[in-house]
Amino acid sequence: MSLIKEKDYGTPKIKSEKLVDLVIDGKKVTVPEGTSVMRAARQIDTDIPSLCATDSIKEYGSCRLCLVEVDGIRGTPASCTTPVSEGMSVKTTSERLTRIRRGIMELYISDHPDEDSPLHDMARLVGLEENRYGTKGHNHLKTIIDDSNPYFSFDSAKCILCARCVRACEEVQGTFALTIDGRGFDSKIAAGTDQSFLASDCVSCGACVQACPTDSLFEKRVAEIGQPERSVLTTCAYCGVGCGFKAETKGEEVVRMMPWKDGMANHGHSCVKGRFAWDYAIHNDRILSPMIRDKITDPWKKVDWDEAIDFSADRLMTIQKKYGRKSIGGITSSRCTNEEVFVVQKLIRGAFQNNNVDTCARVCHSPTGYGLRETLGTSAGTQTFDSVMDTDVMMVIGANPPDAHPVFASQMKKRLRDGAKLIVIDPRKTGLVKSPHIKADYHLPLRPGTNVAMINAIAHVVISEGLMDQDYIDERCDIDAFSDWHNFILDPINSPKEAEKHTGVPAEDICAAARLYASGGNSAIYYGLGVTEHSQGSTMVIGMANLAMATGNIGKAGVGVNPLRGQNNVQGSCDMGSFPNELPGYRPISDDVARAEFEKEWSVKLDPEPGLRIPNMFDAAVDGTYKAMYIQGEDVAQSDPNTHHVEAAMKALDCLIVQDLFLNETARFAHVFLPGTSFLEKNGTFTNAERRISRVRKVMEPITGMNEWEVTCRLGRAMGYDMSYSNASEIMDEIARLTPTFAGVSFDKLDERGSIQWPCNEAAPEGTPIMHIDSFVRGKGNFIVTEYVPTTERTNRKFPLILTTGRILSQYNVGAQTRRTKNNIWHDKDILDIHPHDAENRGISDGDMVRIQSRMGETVLEAKLTENMQPGIVYTTFHMPESGANIITTDNSDWATACPEYKVTAVEVRSTNRKSNWQEEFDGFSESTRHISK
Amino acid sequence: MDDFLQATNIVHRFKKMPGGLLECLHAIQDFYGYVPKETINIMANGFNISRAEVHGVISYYHDFKTLPLGRNVVRVCQAEACQSMGSRELTSRIVDLLELDLGETNEEYTLDAAYCFGNCALSPNVEINGKLHPRVSPDKFEKLIKAGAL
Repeated sequence: MSLIKEKDYGTPKIKSEKLVDLVIDGKKVTVPEGTSVMRAARQIDTDIPSLCATDSIKEYGSCRLCLVEVDGIRGTPASCTTPVSEGMSVKTTSERLTRIRRGIMELYISDHPDEDSPLHDMARLVGLEENRYGTKGHNHLKTIIDDSNPYFSFDSAKCILCARCVRACEEVQGTFALTIDGRGFDSKIAAGTDQSFLASDCVSCGACVQACPTDSLFEKRVAEIGQPERSVLTTCAYCGVGCGFKAETKGEEVVRMMPWKDGMANHGHSCVKGRFAWDYAIHNDRILSPMIRDKITDPWKKVDWDEAIDFSADRLMTIQKKYGRKSIGGITSSRCTNEEVFVVQKLIRGAFQNNNVDTCARVCHSPTGYGLRETLGTSAGTQTFDSVMDTDVMMVIGANPPDAHPVFASQMKKRLRDGAKLIVIDPRKTGLVKSPHIKADYHLPLRPGTNVAMINAIAHVVISEGLMDQDYIDERCDIDAFSDWHNFILDPINSPKEAEKHTGVPAEDICAAARLYASGGNSAIYYGLGVTEHSQGSTMVIGMANLAMATGNIGKAGVGVNPLRGQNNVQGSCDMGSFPNELPGYRPISDDVARAEFEKEWSVKLDPEPGLRIPNMFDAAVDGTYKAMYIQGEDVAQSDPNTHHVEAAMKALDCLIVQDLFLNETARFAHVFLPGTSFLEKNGTFTNAERRISRVRKVMEPITGMNEWEVTCRLGRAMGYDMSYSNASEIMDEIARLTPTFAGVSFDKLDERGSIQWPCNEAAPEGTPIMHIDSFVRGKGNFIVTEYVPTTERTNRKFPLILTTGRILSQYNVGAQTRRTKNNIWHDKDILDIHPHDAENRGISDGDMVRIQSRMGETVLEAKLTENMQPGIVYTTFHMPESGANIITTDNSDWATACPEYKVTAVEVRSTNRKSNWQEEFDGFSESTRHISK
Repeated sequence: MDDFLQATNIVHRFKKMPGGLLECLHAIQDFYGYVPKETINIMANGFNISRAEVHGVISYYHDFKTLPLGRNVVRVCQAEACQSMGSRELTSRIVDLLELDLGETNEEYTLDAAYCFGNCALSPNVEINGKLHPRVSPDKFEKLIKAGAL
């Protein structure tokens, strides 16, 4: 594919029912009322020259190049700021206009003599031949370049003050980090309070770089490598937003990742991770050759693919012979493509002959799948992202979109600035609670672990004050179930007064938030792992679905219950049958009809018994009944709770096969390492949080020499089970044949449409942006009673604080990718956030090393004093392996899905001056188990 | 220093007022004599806008000072009428005398340009500590200083 250059219409698209006819240079054009003359002209390929206009931001009218003549109007109005009107007749070229444009360009060029500047292209376009002013006068040629950002530089000398960067930062990203400093000839673009970009509030999303028409803001990699020549459309491999990107290359080299304007999840926007932090994919730490070893204390031996596969198959089969068919299993990855996940679960069910397959979604969004299926009928979010633009009230629970889902956060903020109301339910004062031009109407800072008490109290207010949508309930929901729930929720134990005791949030705030949610128009719930990673994670998901159904907030634009998925393909990996009890498409393994279909297609007999979940696998390994695992793209030794237990399980295995980009923490315990491939080396699909299936396309050939799905298939064949595909597209065809919600999906259709939201089948050939429109997928909406049961993880005198964990913008999950990029400049270690009051009581100052001790273990981090925390609660991230955040987290988990309770751990924090024992051992063990023989 | 408690009070007075930031900046400058950089966060927080936006407004208006002023403030008119009556020469003498360029400050003096005091009939004009002095020649300026008019 050659370089894709997207058309810029100059001003944003206008939504209007009313259409207006006008004539531009003799050509008739019809556009919605309110459209600018510039956009109307560009729609019929009449490209009026301009510098300060771009269609991602509002018109500005500063460059004066886009002047036109309009019949009946005096002078030469700017086409970007002039809206069309019925019967208007516009001329975009004339001698007068040419003269004015040349005059303007001559002034620009007099301060920008550098022939490489894109301004000279514009000068040539308007026919400017000379610069009579010279460059001797007052000018801006001697300025200092701001190189502070690791990914782009800012050269003020090239700047024309069009403020596209300032406006993109405000309107597109919503950070407001840039401004124009000074006035008149002295004005310049400034970051923050005239600081460096790095020191300012800039979040490095790249919107300004993309908007700059003069290369003042310029990507360093382009400066190093040169302009790209070729684009490949693909999908970001970071969070569950699933942004569409153009991977731009020169020769064999990736130059940059540019957000794709037609990407339906991001509409041309990006964040620092997807846009800039992708070069982990070509990092030296990548392991490119398969490796094996007899014992984990041996050095790794590099072998060829055949030897690695045979070694693995041989060990797996020997173990099965000795310990039984069910003594082995595997874990699929939410980082991998649908096709890769599908073949791994097929390998386990078909070749391993059991159902010991689970996925990392177990530890994040498994309660979402369970809760939404039981109430609504589908294990997925109800809305498309764009639905937020029709939302009047957003209720954000246990999610921190500006850090974890930044591109969607920008869309949320846009809607909030336009007047939507906001309720945030979170123990911390997150970036959404208050940031420039955004302020939550209600922030309910509850104590971690009391979500269910909170949602019940909100529902109690809704029902007791008669704010429910009774018609909706009568028509669409199961009345008996509603009536049971109704009686339950009215019980005084669910009153806001009671909830206040558990949550610490004043009852009147709960009441006010409940009233706003129930009567503010279209209300939408957005939630993250702060909901699911609790002992009552599933209960809380059900509680939110109950509330949404009771108020009629499901089944149209602007409403819904929306999980914000952590990883790029959490939705997809769950859809693909990664759970031990479910075949692809969430069909129960115990269902004879479903199993028969798969048995026919796969020519194999399937075990009807569900297999082990991840925590059970660890327990069984420690017990000695589970002896081998195949783990693709997940680092359980870092990401899963109670690290001591996980490590014990890993050490007990006779064969651990790890397939990953890097020698991760889990690989320290592995006997076989199969090198994986990055998203840049893959063909396949990811499914994002809005059920959108998007193509991932190969930008370069696998550096390991082998497609990742092919590795899995070879392992299957080596174990005597025939799995063969000639490409990823054939795998998707098999998925479509076996999964009713995917029946209409194929690579061809995805290539044609860009992306498709499932269900996509005969009933919905175009896919389904919003679910449950006329009725719920399960038939009648099911209300389920959600009794609040406090977690057993309690504070006491010995462990008086609660630790909760989360993410930060610049790092991603276990950090395997982002730690290997320049993103470390923003965050190179995990830090413990603590309220100044708690710190003072313990004699802790900002920057002190502190020992965090729980009932499970202890670790040492640096402390940061911040009032974003409430007293009694401390917070850290888990991006760095040496932090050992999961040394302290407990074995507690969700009652329904075993999703770990990462968000609540009782701890004590004290000053210290040395690392914890585990950290010291980690340093040593880490070194000794990573040795590769030459 | 009062830890900028007063700034917080001032911001509180204006934060709900439409276009209140400008009024607030005036009040801050009246109170502190300039706009201390520590107050930028307080204003950004109070008005719920970014620090960059506050900075943009402060830097747009020359009359908002971000550093403490000298004990005496001298403003010399640079507009056309005064120029035609010799304000350029006057300015260069003042610059030499005070050892400051236009826009600069030391402990003793702040020297600034002004653009018309509306007193063109009596050009050139210099304002010293808020008091307008008409028909100022270089010698007269020197005398004003020596006479302790400052």
